[in-house]
Amino acid sequence: MSGVIALGRWTLLAAGDSPVHDVSIFSPASNSAESIASLSILVLAVAGLIFLVVEGVLFYSIVRFRPSRVERESAPDTEPPQVYGSHPIEIAWTVAPSVIVFFLVLVTARTLWEVNAAPPQTANAAGVLDITVVGRQWWWEYQYNSYDGRPLGFATASELHIPAGSGGVARPVRLTLKSADVCHSFWVPRLEGKMDAIPGRVNTLWLQTDRPGLYLGQCAEYCGTQHAHMLIRVVVQTPEEFEGWLENQSRPAVDDPQAVEGRRTLLSESCVNCHRIRGTTAAGNYAPDLTHLMSRQTFAGAMLDLDRRNLRRWVRNPQSIKQGCLMPAFGLTDEKQDLIVRFLATLR
Amino acid sequence: MAVADERGGFQREPAGASAAGRPAIVSALHEWTTTVDHKKLGIMYVAMAIFFLVVGGCEALLMRLQLVVPNNDLVGPDTFNQLFTMHGTTMVFFVGMPILIGMANYLVPLMIGARDMAFPRLNALGFWTTLFGGLLVYFSFATGGAPAMGWFAYAPLTETTFARSAATDFWALGLVTSGVGSIAAGVNFIATILGMRAPGMTMTKIPFFAWTMLWTSVQLLVAIPPLTAGLIMVLFDRQLGAHFFDVQNGGSAYFWQHLFWFFGHPEVYILILPVFGMVSEVIPVFSRKVLFGYEFMAAATMAIALISLGVWAHHMYCVGMSRTLDLYFVVASLLVSIPTGIKFFNWLATMFGGRISFASPMLFSVGFLSMFLIGGLTGIMLAVAPFDFQLSDTYFVVGHFHWVLIGGTLFGVFAGIHYWYPKVTGRMLSERLAWWQFWLLYLGFLLTFGPMHLSGMLGMPRRIFTYQPDRAWEIWNQLSTLGAFIQAPSYAIFVYNVVASLSNGKPAGDDPWDAWTLEWSTTSPPPSYNFEVIPTVHSRRPLWDLKHPDDPDWQYE
Amino acid sequence: MASGSAGGYARREDNFLSSQSPATHIPLPPAIGPERTLCPGEWGMLSFLVSEVAFFSTLIVAYVTFEGEDVIGPTPAEALSLPLVIGTTVCLLTSSLTVHLATRALVRQVQSSFCLWWAATIALGIAFLAGTGYEWYGLVVDDHLTISRNLFGTTFYTLVGFHALHVTVGVTTMLIVLGLALSRQITGAHGMAAHLVSWYWHFVDGVWIVVFTVVYL
Repeated sequence: MSGVIALGRWTLLAAGDSPVHDVSIFSPASNSAESIASLSILVLAVAGLIFLVVEGVLFYSIVRFRPSRVERESAPDTEPPQVYGSHPIEIAWTVAPSVIVFFLVLVTARTLWEVNAAPPQTANAAGVLDITVVGRQWWWEYQYNSYDGRPLGFATASELHIPAGSGGVARPVRLTLKSADVCHSFWVPRLEGKMDAIPGRVNTLWLQTDRPGLYLGQCAEYCGTQHAHMLIRVVVQTPEEFEGWLENQSRPAVDDPQAVEGRRTLLSESCVNCHRIRGTTAAGNYAPDLTHLMSRQTFAGAMLDLDRRNLRRWVRNPQSIKQGCLMPAFGLTDEKQDLIVRFLATLR
Repeated sequence: MAVADERGGFQREPAGASAAGRPAIVSALHEWTTTVDHKKLGIMYVAMAIFFLVVGGCEALLMRLQLVVPNNDLVGPDTFNQLFTMHGTTMVFFVGMPILIGMANYLVPLMIGARDMAFPRLNALGFWTTLFGGLLVYFSFATGGAPAMGWFAYAPLTETTFARSAATDFWALGLVTSGVGSIAAGVNFIATILGMRAPGMTMTKIPFFAWTMLWTSVQLLVAIPPLTAGLIMVLFDRQLGAHFFDVQNGGSAYFWQHLFWFFGHPEVYILILPVFGMVSEVIPVFSRKVLFGYEFMAAATMAIALISLGVWAHHMYCVGMSRTLDLYFVVASLLVSIPTGIKFFNWLATMFGGRISFASPMLFSVGFLSMFLIGGLTGIMLAVAPFDFQLSDTYFVVGHFHWVLIGGTLFGVFAGIHYWYPKVTGRMLSERLAWWQFWLLYLGFLLTFGPMHLSGMLGMPRRIFTYQPDRAWEIWNQLSTLGAFIQAPSYAIFVYNVVASLSNGKPAGDDPWDAWTLEWSTTSPPPSYNFEVIPTVHSRRPLWDLKHPDDPDWQYE
Repeated sequence: MASGSAGGYARREDNFLSSQSPATHIPLPPAIGPERTLCPGEWGMLSFLVSEVAFFSTLIVAYVTFEGEDVIGPTPAEALSLPLVIGTTVCLLTSSLTVHLATRALVRQVQSSFCLWWAATIALGIAFLAGTGYEWYGLVVDDHLTISRNLFGTTFYTLVGFHALHVTVGVTTMLIVLGLALSRQITGAHGMAAHLVSWYWHFVDGVWIVVFTVVYL
């Protein structure tokens, strides 16, 4: 498996692209992903063994029982002995797969109970981060409900920040998965198997890892035009870093005097119908929360790097970048666009 | 039955029609459109399927081109989503089912010594509704674009909110219509196989293909109506303002998933059981041995047909069912592998100790055996729920089911077509072209779908119109695309071979393969009444008994 | 198909396999007795009814799944009237009896009695449809329950509507059979059509028993 990844990496590096992110299911970074990976390797091994035996018999039969030209010409019409069947043999090869199935069911059951096990804590217990994840066409909303027993109350988009366990203290994260429109599926291969976000249904998924870093994933259930651009970035931070991030996110939006005009422009346009910027009159809850927009590295369902140039392109005409997305091109003047982007750039 | 034949009017000679003042083409058209002969209907089913195979194949090639590099904008998201929706719908409903139903239509009456299907006119109705269903689905393009919700059309993507154009309505109507055709075929096969066997052909002596068709028909009858009901609910939601899948008013998106997969999983077996039957006819003849363990094979077929009705939610491990329910579906799904294994071992045992010759039907059958095994094994991986939490909805799944549907169904169908083409046309297919077709398909197929398993395990979800350049998926997609373009000419060779051999092929004679079932006892092509005299049967291999009167099969069965 | 010609070949003696004169060392196959099986028409109707069972099961599962999930009324308890439905149910159940008597008369070759019972069945079927129509009229006009009103309306009209559609198809088919019977084309000797339609009718009745239990009780 690592050879496969290495080969892919090599071709991409040769092309001079950005570094490759590992999203393989065989590079687990959490206990749960790890137990799935080891079960997977076991099942692959069993399948591989069956493959070798059966293809071996097939290949042997083809080679061994294909009459040579001499045989064909010497006795063109002889039929081989006709064997109609044999009950002992049939029973033998009914029992053999049954034993394998029995074995597979046992190991599956064990892993199933390991992987789906909720930690003993409740959602607002000490050390637990409780988040509601809402799948939307075509981005993810993360509503932070509580952490370590403290109520939170902010939402962010596209990038999920969670703490890593450290020093023997686990930091379980409880994700409550919902959908605002159609079916989606939350999937970060290195952290956890996928779990669907289905409208009218609430699912729960626990994440827990001890390894800080950036983990990528994306929506895994077809959800419409831009399904391909409904990406997931999970930033796992040390508890200290995470506290710092939380503190910043909990504050209302910065009121930068340099961007007063841009702020006024944005608040007077229809942006406020969908977007929320805490501390202002923008209180929409239909589109990504922009309160701390600039604390993210990406936007637009994590498809674009967050910089002024991309923001400017996006504000001008989102449809030319993410065709079909729910934000229309508002036809603002260049001046207004500049002002809005200047204001957005202050939202750290 | 002969009465119905005459009423159908296909016995009129073209010469007679020209005498009535009609050009030959018109009378031929008239003959084919008004026929109720199971053989002509079978040929039309297969021709329809091959036509849609080419259409669906072109859709696949466009998708492969779009995915050849990351962030490609060759076709764009809307077109791509329409392409995979139509590709899936086409291949399942208008290629897979018609080609199998068509071949069975042609062969089952001949194999069981009947003069036609039980209900010839219903048979014609079934074909035409299937065809018009396909046309109706394609008519959705006329609304400005085909539906873009995937072939399993997860609610609420089918609701008016998310699919405003009438494309979805055409799609649903088309599938309801062709569903009527499938039910008609199922009813007809059951009535024919149970009620019209030649004297002496008891249920334990019917050809294995007829046995698999019987169980396929049972699955058609049980699995298609829930889909029809579901599609009607979709139409009611869209046209009458009903609320089945309208989540805002208490409807359920989750309910559609259960409905769809209750149909969808048996559908997979509808597409593979007849193929099991075909290779069970081909392998014995080209190994020169009787099918090993007929009774166990028959029981295994029955077991697969019945168990597969209870495994549907293994497509839904990620919807958040309880662990107990997950485990039930793991057990049920893995159980299917036992009868499938029995079948596999019996085919191997049939070949073992035989005198194998590699004419094209056997070539494709061995291709089937070697590839279907892999599809079955990846199926076991997907049945293991925790593994599926990772693999579900990735390219691994795409690789898996193409492995089953091409490596299994299509290789088996090609084996069958190469085997029975001489019976249908009186001409042999070119073995040289068949050899090229086989190897291009085999290698192209490996190259297309092998890498998909890898990209899936590397985290690539299915149904994405493009992907990020930093995910290490590029090389695998490029190999897949290359494979697709290696496969493409093999289909062209096949179509050319089928058409050209009509006039160029070597004359076949009645029994070119020295085979053992009843269809080889009549002329090639068979007369409209199939048999001058209805044969009497004493064993599963009536022609073996005839060819070896000193050592007939009925002594051993 | 209605002619029920199945099995005609079963007694044929011709055998192309044994056409050559049997030599002494050639074993003789055992004699073949006629096989007892339903005729193709019966198998066809039976398997068609299996698909109908699958269809109605889906609609019933839908009804049960969505029962009580409504955000607005009216609820089944508010809208449905049991006495009326008991009346229509009695009609339908009685029609199963009359259709049985009709087919029995046909077997005994009593043409007039067949036509009478058959017509009675049709009348009862129409009475059932009229009852359903009256019920729906009340539901739409008085209770404002339409298919788009709420989930109860959605599932109720779909389930009961498809059943009523099947009753309508049954009544139409029986009218055709009655016409044929009156013109002496359906008789005791050619009674397969009536026989199969009666199976269908029993099935429609059976479905109603389930629908009645699930929806009205």
